[in-house]
Amino acid sequence: MSFIAKPKVANPGLPKNVLGLNRRDYEGSMSTLCAGCGHDSVTAAIVQACFELALPPQSVVKLSGIGCSSKTTAYFVAGAHGFNSVHGRMPSIATGANAANRHLRYIGVSGDGDSLSIGVGQLAHAIRRNLDMVYILENNGVYGLTKGQFSASADLGSKSKKGEANEQPPIDPVLLALALGASFVARSFSGDKEQLVPLIQAGLAHKGFAIIDVLSPCVTFNDHEGSTKSYAYVREHSETPVAADYIAPKQEIRVQYAPGETVSVPMHDGSNVVLRKLDPDYDPADRARAAAYVQERAMRNEYVTGLIYLDPSRRDFHAQHGTAEEALNAVSYERLCPGAAKLDRILASFR
Amino acid sequence: MPERKSSAPRVNDFTLKFANVNGSGSASANSLIMKAIFRMGVPVVGKNFFPSNIQGLPTWYEIRVTREGWRARSGRVDIMVAMNAETYSRDVREVAAGGCLLYDSTWPRSSLLSRDDIRTFGVPFAELCNEHFEGARARTLMKNIMYAGALAALIDLDLEVIRGLLGETFAKKPALVESNMKAIAIGYRYAKENFECPLPTRVERMNATAGHVMIDGNTAAALGCLYAGATVGAWYPITPSTSLMDAFRTFCGRHRTDPETGRRDYMIVQAEDELAAIGIVIGASWNGARAFTPTSGPGISLMEEFIGLAYYAEVPAVVFDVQRAGPSTGLPTRTQQCDLLACAYASHGDTRHVLLFPDSPEECFQMAVQAFDLAERLQTPVFVLLDLDIGMNDWMAPELRWDDGYRPDRGKMLSPGQIAGLPNFQRYLDPDGDGIPYRTLPGISPKASYFTRGSGHNRSGAYTEDSAEYQDVLDRLGRKFRTAVKHVPPAVADGRGAAAAIVSLGSCDAPVREALATLRKSGVAIDYLRVRGFPFGAEVEDFLAAHQTIFVVEQNRDAQLRALLTLETAVDKQKLRSILYYNGLPMPAACIIDGVNKALDRGVAA
Repeated sequence: MSFIAKPKVANPGLPKNVLGLNRRDYEGSMSTLCAGCGHDSVTAAIVQACFELALPPQSVVKLSGIGCSSKTTAYFVAGAHGFNSVHGRMPSIATGANAANRHLRYIGVSGDGDSLSIGVGQLAHAIRRNLDMVYILENNGVYGLTKGQFSASADLGSKSKKGEANEQPPIDPVLLALALGASFVARSFSGDKEQLVPLIQAGLAHKGFAIIDVLSPCVTFNDHEGSTKSYAYVREHSETPVAADYIAPKQEIRVQYAPGETVSVPMHDGSNVVLRKLDPDYDPADRARAAAYVQERAMRNEYVTGLIYLDPSRRDFHAQHGTAEEALNAVSYERLCPGAAKLDRILASFR
Repeated sequence: MPERKSSAPRVNDFTLKFANVNGSGSASANSLIMKAIFRMGVPVVGKNFFPSNIQGLPTWYEIRVTREGWRARSGRVDIMVAMNAETYSRDVREVAAGGCLLYDSTWPRSSLLSRDDIRTFGVPFAELCNEHFEGARARTLMKNIMYAGALAALIDLDLEVIRGLLGETFAKKPALVESNMKAIAIGYRYAKENFECPLPTRVERMNATAGHVMIDGNTAAALGCLYAGATVGAWYPITPSTSLMDAFRTFCGRHRTDPETGRRDYMIVQAEDELAAIGIVIGASWNGARAFTPTSGPGISLMEEFIGLAYYAEVPAVVFDVQRAGPSTGLPTRTQQCDLLACAYASHGDTRHVLLFPDSPEECFQMAVQAFDLAERLQTPVFVLLDLDIGMNDWMAPELRWDDGYRPDRGKMLSPGQIAGLPNFQRYLDPDGDGIPYRTLPGISPKASYFTRGSGHNRSGAYTEDSAEYQDVLDRLGRKFRTAVKHVPPAVADGRGAAAAIVSLGSCDAPVREALATLRKSGVAIDYLRVRGFPFGAEVEDFLAAHQTIFVVEQNRDAQLRALLTLETAVDKQKLRSILYYNGLPMPAACIIDGVNKALDRGVAA
C-alpha cells in the first residue's frame, strides 16, 4: 500500500504525552514492506516506546544499513534525522554521530544480513565500544530484498522456499553479544508488543550498547513450515526467563507485577528497569550463566526472550574517551583553536 | 645538474648517508646531526629510507647539506657512514668518486671492497664502546652517538650546538646528556687524533635557517587539523599516515584537554578497519563535528563505498592520503604519487572529488585547514594528497603562521533561527544556483529533520525511483562540482613566456625547482605550473593552451596527472610528455633535467 500517501489526520481524542504529542506524532512515512511483515510491528513498538517516553522527536537519531529492516527507519519518528547508510556499516556511522553529539538518542535498526553477514565486524566493534545506542536487530533468517537467500542466522536444516536445506550453523546475535562483552542483551518477538515496548524503553534508558534481537518473521520468504523463524514456530517455542518493565523517571507507569521475585535496576537517566524473574534460577547479571542458559534452551529448540543480560555499570564510549560533557559539535571554535601565540610556542620544539 | 669536480671542496654542499640496522637507535643520532647543521644556519634536507620492519633490517638516512636551500634529494652520496656490515659492499659502491666513507673498524672489512677513489676512515666504534660503556643496550646506543662525534670532527660541527640539542632532548634526564656527550667526545677525539680534520667537505656556519623550522608534513597536517577545529579523528593504523594521528593526539593532549578535569574536547577513535574509520568520519561530520581520517592507498581502496555515499548524500569528510608505493601492499615505507586517479574518481557510479596537493609541510598545514572549509562549503569528501616523502621526512619550512581572525567556513548550515523562519525544510534544493544545498544538524527541531540516504532520492531527500527526479539531483551534483573550481586553491605559475613548460604537483616541486634553475642556467627556456587542487581551474587551461611542449612530472608509472589533465581539460594530449619517477625513492632533480634535455636533443620544440 506504499503508493498511498499517509493521511495526517489526528484524532482529537488520542491520548497525549507530557510534550502534548500524540502517538501519531511519532510515526514516519508509510511502510513499503509486505503486508504482515514482522518489521512493521517492530516499527509500531518503537513508535509506542518513544511516545510513552515523551522523547522530543528531534532528540532521536535513526540509523540503519541496507535491507528490508533498514528501510524501517523512515517509518517512525518523522521529526528525527535519519541516516540510511551502506550495507552492514551503520555501526560506524552511529559511532561518528555519537562522537559528535553525545546528548541525542541513537536508535539503530538492522537485520540479520546487515548485522550478521556483511556487517558482523562493525556490530562486534560497536558492542566492544559500548556505544550508547539501542541496536534493534530484526531477525528473520532470510534475505528478503534479494528474494529469499539464507542469512547467517538461518537455522541448521531449515528449508528455503525452493526446498534447499541450510547446512551452516547459525550465528545467534545474543550469544555473540554476550561473548563480546555487551552491557545490555535482550531478545523479543515482533508479535509480542507487551514485551518489546518496555525492552526498547529500557534500551533507550541504558547508558551503553543495548542490543535487542527481535525475531521478526518474513511473511514472503520465511513464514512456512520448516522455518524456525515463522510466526507459528516462535509462538510455540519462545521462553521468557526474565521479563523487563520500564519505569520512566518522571511518569508513573504502573506495571503489572507477575508473581515471583522482582529486582529494580536504576539506570543512568534516573529511570528504573524492573526485572521479573519467571525462571527461579535465572540471574540476568551473570554473563556466563546467561550464555549457558540461552544455549541450553537452544538445544531444545527454544528461544529465550526478555532481558537476558544487563550490566549498567560498564563505562560507555564517551566515558572511556573522557570527552567533555558538552557535545563536541557544540564546543566553541575559540575553545578549540590554540591561536597564533601558542603556535609560536609549539614551533619552538621544531627549531 | 652539472657535475662538479668531485675533489673540489664541497663546503655546505654535500650529502651524508647513514647505513644502519633498523631498531638500533640510529635515528636519534642521525637527527641529532641534521638538527646540529640546521642550528648552524645551514639548510638541510633529511630523507629516511626505512624498511617495513621493526628491527633487524637495513635502513638508511640521508642528509643533504645545501647552502642554496634546495629541498630535493641530491641523488648522490659524498660521505657514507657505513654502520651495517650486511649492506657494506653496496654502501661502499654508492659513494661518489672523491667522497669519503666512515666505518666501524673493530672488525676487518674485506679488502676486495676497498676503492682507491674514495677516502676511508675506520674508527673502532664497537671496541671504544666496550671500553667506555657497560651493558649491551648502552653500548649499541652509544655506538651511534659516537659516530656522530667522529663525524662532528670530520665535517666540523659545533660541539656546543650538539650539547644544546642533547640538553633539550634529555631535559628531564640530565645524566643522559653527560653520557651522550661522553660518547660524542670519544668519537670526536679519535677522529681528531687519527685523521686530518676537518675534511674539505664540511659545514661552515651560515645564517640561512632563521625563521624556519624542521618539520614533517604529517605533523604539520595534524597541526592544521587542530587549528581548523577538528574534534573527531578516526583511523586504522597504516604506514605512512600513522604519525599524523599520533601528532594530532599529542597536540590535543596539550591543547584540548581541560587541565583541571582532564576532560577532552576531542575524540580519537581507532577503528577496526578503514571502512569503519571513514564511516565514523561521515557520521561525525553529518552530525556537525569537523572530522577526518588519515590513511594511505590500501585504506582508500577500502573506503571507496562510503566515499560514494558521502558524495551522493552530500556529507563533508576530510581524508588525508599519505601515498605510498603501490599497487596492493606495494612498498609501505616508500614514496609515490600513485593514488591521484583512485581519489579523483573514488567509488562506483558517477563520482568526482575535490583533491588538494600540498608540496611541503607548510602547505600541509594550510591545506588541512582549507580541506575542512571546502568539505563543509561543498558538503562533499575532500582528499589531501600527501606522500610519504612530505609526510614522514623532515623538511626545512618557513615557520608556520596563523591568522587569529580565521573562523571556520561551516558552509550552508542552517541555524536554529533560520530553521524557525522557514515554512518547511527540503534538503536538496539549489536556491543559490551554485549546486550547493542547505543542510541542518540533528537535535535542533522536528522541522529541520530529513532522511539521509545513498539510495535514489529527490530534492526533498525522499526515496525515489523516478527518472526525472533522480537525474535532477545528479545534474545538480555536477553543477556543484563546477562550483568547486572556484574554491580549490589555484595553480601557481612561474611563466616567462617560454614555449615549453613543466606541469607538476606535490612533492615534485622540490626537484622541479632545482631542475628549472639548472636548465635555465644552461639556456633552456622553460616555464612551470604547479597544480594545487582538483578540479582544475581556468588558469590551468590557459597555461596548457599557452605552451607547445609540456613535460608532466610526477612520481608514478602510469602518468596519472597526465591522464587527469587529458580527461579534465581541453589540452591536446600530444603536447603532454611524461617525466616519471616511481622506484619508491623521492625524485631527484637530475631525473627531470635528463628528461627535458633528452627530449630537446630529439628535437622536441622548447
